[in-house]
Amino acid sequence: MRAVRWAVPGAAVLLVLTACARGTGGGEGTAAPSFDPDADVSGKLTVMGFGAGDEIGETRLARAEESMPDVDVSLIEGDLDIQAFLSAVAAGDPPDIVYANRDQIGTFASRGAVVPLDECYASQDIDQDAFRDAALAQVTFGDQLYGVPEFNQVQLTMANQSLLDAAGLTIEDVNGSDWDAVTAATTALSKSDGGAVSVIGYDSKMPEFLPLWAKANGADLLSEDGRTAQLDDPKVLEALEFAVNVYDVQGGFAGVKSARDAADFFGSGNQFASSTLGAMPMEQWYINVLNENSPDAPMAFDAFRTPEGEPLAYATGSAWAIPAGSANAEAACRFAASMVSFDSWMAAAQARADAREQEGLVFTGVLTGNEKADEEIRSTLVTVTDEPWASGVNAMYEANEHTFSLPANPADSEFKAAWQDAVNRVLNGQQEPAEALAQAQEEAQKALDAAWERWDGGTTD
Amino acid sequence: MAATTTTAPAGVEAPRRRRSSVSSRDARHAWWFIAPWIVGFLVFTAWPMIYSAYLSLTDYDVISDPRFVGFDNYRELFADPKVALALRNTLIYTVMAVPAHILLALGLALLLDRAARSAGFFRTAFFLPKMTPPVAIGVLLLLLFNGQRGAINTMLGWFGIDGPAWTTDPDWVKPGLVMIGLWTVGSTVIILLAALRNVPTDLYDAARVDGAGFWHRTRAVTLPMISGPLFFVVVVNTIAALQLFTEAYTAFFGSGNTTYSNDAALFYAIYLFQQAFEYLHMGYASALAWLLFLVIMAITAVQMLVSRRVVYYEGDAR
Repeated sequence: MRAVRWAVPGAAVLLVLTACARGTGGGEGTAAPSFDPDADVSGKLTVMGFGAGDEIGETRLARAEESMPDVDVSLIEGDLDIQAFLSAVAAGDPPDIVYANRDQIGTFASRGAVVPLDECYASQDIDQDAFRDAALAQVTFGDQLYGVPEFNQVQLTMANQSLLDAAGLTIEDVNGSDWDAVTAATTALSKSDGGAVSVIGYDSKMPEFLPLWAKANGADLLSEDGRTAQLDDPKVLEALEFAVNVYDVQGGFAGVKSARDAADFFGSGNQFASSTLGAMPMEQWYINVLNENSPDAPMAFDAFRTPEGEPLAYATGSAWAIPAGSANAEAACRFAASMVSFDSWMAAAQARADAREQEGLVFTGVLTGNEKADEEIRSTLVTVTDEPWASGVNAMYEANEHTFSLPANPADSEFKAAWQDAVNRVLNGQQEPAEALAQAQEEAQKALDAAWERWDGGTTD
Repeated sequence: MAATTTTAPAGVEAPRRRRSSVSSRDARHAWWFIAPWIVGFLVFTAWPMIYSAYLSLTDYDVISDPRFVGFDNYRELFADPKVALALRNTLIYTVMAVPAHILLALGLALLLDRAARSAGFFRTAFFLPKMTPPVAIGVLLLLLFNGQRGAINTMLGWFGIDGPAWTTDPDWVKPGLVMIGLWTVGSTVIILLAALRNVPTDLYDAARVDGAGFWHRTRAVTLPMISGPLFFVVVVNTIAALQLFTEAYTAFFGSGNTTYSNDAALFYAIYLFQQAFEYLHMGYASALAWLLFLVIMAITAVQMLVSRRVVYYEGDAR
């Protein structure tokens, strides 16, 4: 009985405390702070999610610190921990600025975790027109800018020239401009040894590159306003069937994945150097990996191309965003502006070029997300003429001019999970492509509807 | 006379009061000693549990205030096909993993119990893998169980067996995880070995006199005598299997594995994690957590009921 007597008031106290725990978060801090270009900035600036791991980061960070001598910049390094970030915002003690993937910005904005930056752009004269359209689109939510974009990841076609020659093929057969040719090249290039895939003819890089294959076929996975999933579009289905068939003609995805998993992707014995991969679309940073670790690999490069022969790349990258409740938003705005300024990019690219020269390596350029900086870096610092790397750099810059992105939306994680899970179910032999995409469409639309309803209903207000 | 009848003899009453006083002091000391645990339990276990029960009745995304939605999250649980899938995967894994784990551990413990000189070495050797971080085990799975170049299929190939695609074929994903889970069988081996060492040798002697062989002695003496610890490891391993996360997440959902995943490895704790920390559906994830809690409670209760019939505790009147 004594236990019961204690349990009742104890539970009541805990329930009261539980009720009191509500209200720690909220969207009350989502209003944009004012930014004054003439204000003095000082104090501490906490940066979450950014690590100045190389000369590109170090140089720009040093310049940003120099531009604000009275500001003490403190880095919380490592990839942005979303849970830690949002908890800090909810607790009213957020970092002053965060460095996130661009595709996270829509979700953060929809939840009121980051503030609009239109006024920041204006106060610091950040040139919107200088940014790549695809990059800017990813940080624009509800007609407002919520991030300052930087970097651009693009895909290009990489191939093993020796294997192509041996099969009587050229890079045009595997650059995506003719899907039948890609399938035929896959069959010609792939080899198996006792039932095991010894040479992957062509890796369509599923599931991650479905948006690229779908766009090449004329379809977007998501409507321009970010509200409607289009995963059951017949052109998406056609793209998925093609990309999966590329694995099927080599004996199935399981064999290709096993060979892929066993490969030394970052080392001197990578798949191209060891002639165990014919071709694949891949992000541009892999040029540097290949150049550093296997400079003699028999490479061939071209842009990834649509069936019409046009270059195409699915752009991703990073962005700076200022959390709701940032204690030093003024300094955060100036910090972001400095990090993406033309001069900072040029100084950083020069530092990278110098470092590469010292190491006896070629400088293959930097895709900054800033059109002017990209052009200037390429024209003044990128001097590589040796093949195949010159072709790689040309393909990279060509791809950079032909990018698209998925629009910012409030349910990006769920949307991605829906289509990636669908592709995986097909790859694992659990569903047919049409059935998988139909299920994904339903899941994605449900998540989008719920997230947009919350935003439209103003629950973050 | 009256005084002698109403007052107990001093020699009897005084020690009782002393005992009472000592007992009360001991109790106070005991409370002081366990107070840190009680505080820790209230703050780090009871409070989060109660708060999660409250959150399970809300729509909560960490940033905004929790919005009370009644039992909507629980209703959604039963309509969500992925909950059913994750539960099915988890239960199938548990049914496969727990017996395999216990049988292997028991077999190794029986062998170690017979090994006199080298027992210490093997005890350490079996326990060492337990020190391996679960993330490393997840990565190890991808290497060892690679369908074409992994060590497992290479060894199967020596016997003319064409090994399956452990990491991509939905039918073989769970068996692969069960097998890699056996890597950490060491702690169960140690517990069972300790139990085996406690079995009175005279029972074996008596069995031998009666002509019982090794298997008969194991069935009639060893297993009944270690049924208590055996039941303990069954319960603990069942709970661990129902909460499987790290190894499967690293191998099939982690960032190092790009965007590849496999529905056959979508275990309940992974789905809960995705809802909470990837999609920020904290209310729904809390409801998921409570459902798992109830499932584990129910399974453990059934195990407890069954144990009354099959578990023998020394000194137990039953």
